[in-house]
Amino acid sequence: MLAAHNLTKTFNPGTPIENPVLRGLSLTIESGQFVTVIGSNGAGKSTFLNAISGDVVPDSGTLAIDGQDVTRLPSWQRAGLVARVFQDPMAGTCEALTIEENLALAWQRGQKRGLGPAVKKAQRELFRDKLSTLKLGLENRLADRMGLLSGGQRQAVSLLMASLQPSRILLLDEHTAALDPKTAAFVLELTDRIVHENKLTTLMVTHSMRQALDHGERTVMLHQGRVVLDVDGDARARMQVADLLSMFEKTRGETLDDDALLLG
Amino acid sequence: MSMIALMGALEIGLVFALVALGVLISFRILNFPDLTADGSFPLGGAVAATLIAGGHDPYTACLIAMLAGAAAGWCTAWLNVRLNILQLLSSILVMIALYSINLRIMDAPNVPLIGAPTVFSPLIGDDFESSWLVQPAVLAAVVIAAKLLLDVFFASQAGLAMRATGANPRMARAQGISTDRMTLAGMALSNALIALAGALYVQTQGGADISMGIGTIVVGLAAVIIGETLIPARSLWVITLATVLGALLYRVMIAFALNAEFIGLAAQDLNLVTALLVGFALVLPLLKAKANAARGRTA
Ligand SMILES: Nc1ncnc2c1ncn2[C@@H]1O[C@H](COP(=O)(O)OP(=O)(O)OP(=O)(O)O)[C@@H](O)[C@H]1O
Ligand SMILES: [Mg+2]
Repeated sequence: MLAAHNLTKTFNPGTPIENPVLRGLSLTIESGQFVTVIGSNGAGKSTFLNAISGDVVPDSGTLAIDGQDVTRLPSWQRAGLVARVFQDPMAGTCEALTIEENLALAWQRGQKRGLGPAVKKAQRELFRDKLSTLKLGLENRLADRMGLLSGGQRQAVSLLMASLQPSRILLLDEHTAALDPKTAAFVLELTDRIVHENKLTTLMVTHSMRQALDHGERTVMLHQGRVVLDVDGDARARMQVADLLSMFEKTRGETLDDDALLLG
Repeated sequence: MSMIALMGALEIGLVFALVALGVLISFRILNFPDLTADGSFPLGGAVAATLIAGGHDPYTACLIAMLAGAAAGWCTAWLNVRLNILQLLSSILVMIALYSINLRIMDAPNVPLIGAPTVFSPLIGDDFESSWLVQPAVLAAVVIAAKLLLDVFFASQAGLAMRATGANPRMARAQGISTDRMTLAGMALSNALIALAGALYVQTQGGADISMGIGTIVVGLAAVIIGETLIPARSLWVITLATVLGALLYRVMIAFALNAEFIGLAAQDLNLVTALLVGFALVLPLLKAKANAARGRTA
């Protein structure tokens, strides 16, 4: 279970470019729930995910995973709890290392690393099996450098890496945004499968209203660093893309009005 | 060039192969531009020479020199990861500080080791006849051992974590790797190797000198660059091999350049030749690419 309570974060405080990005964000997600997250550019979606992974330390508020307070735990110390796939296919893998070396890094996520060989024979077999489920032919390319793969292939491998070890939370930040529609559909399908098979508590950020409604079982909208919409169950099942879009436009319209007032 | 001169060039080349392996770890694996070498090489030399001159066992002296080098590298990394000082600047601070520390250790601008026992002594006869052969042979064994140990380490779980730290620190942290600790450990390892090179160097040269460190980093980098230019490789054991060969080739080329009377170069031209050589090695990949492109057009 993920419990975020009243998180705030301001970038560059006390300067002319001061930017309050999270403004009292609270959200509780039950174990195993798959939540899609939408919101306009700059709404604070990535910052929220970074706070969960430990890449950003909130100014105030608390963040707990399965009851354990992790608000100030450095990212490498909570890697055993949180797995993530980045928007940029380059960010989640090491392009200079081989496919099997990348998988070996993920195989030990959150564990102690000693002087034993990084890739053992048994693991290589396991990696090969896992890769063959992607149906991309990567099981024959274990020794190829990651940098040789296409963006879609890299995201597929990143997803696989995120699921090699059990984790409490899976974070997906627009992980299909850099892919062509066909590859994006493939990676999304893979996402559904991996989340389902491993019963992962998942947060998926997307800019597609369609994806937000079609995947997962709950949708939240962030706006100016707060949750402004939170739907699940029947209400969500009845919701159409058009409904969501109009709500999206409405929140954006409100800001325009606010700005107009301020300027006026 | 005589056989003795060639062996002399190889001997220094082997010493700098250790420096080059250290530079490979900082510059290439950790992606940490580190100039500490100009201080940690003479630090290793100062520690070893002082201990040996004080009657201590040369093997223990080498070991302590390595620990001193590790401490120096750790300091540079600490300034960077804990105090957020720029990498290059951290290393310059430690390098400058080491100049004073080395003087303190030696208590004089130089420490002669004439006639003192060295790590080579047990294999050299009393007449010193065979030293021209024994010294390079022992150094070669040390370099090969260091290369193989590094290969094994970088194929291990911790070694892979260190490579990920340099290649993609954010990803490394997301996998639960403490990039700070990896940087501290890697920089200690790098400068331990460089200090070992310094400790062996003073034993081949018959003494330590406070100015022996000048230009160490340039020579180490030259070896790395020459190696990766001549043998472009992805797998690490080839890269370490290329680095060692790069160091040897560099010294042999320098020896040829200085020995060829018709070129008219003297010892004081060494740094100029080095700069030209490194410059050439740096533009070589570009020239290669251009040549390939030209071939592609005509084909
Ligand atoms: N490290 C940082 N330092 C300063 N400002 C930052 C930093 N990270 C994010 N910001 C700013 O915080 C704001 C919110 O960014 P964030 O990435 O959370 O938005 P987002 O909802 O993910 O938007 P998008 O849909 O564009 O990805 C932006 O204005 C961004 O410029
Ligand atoms: Mg974002």
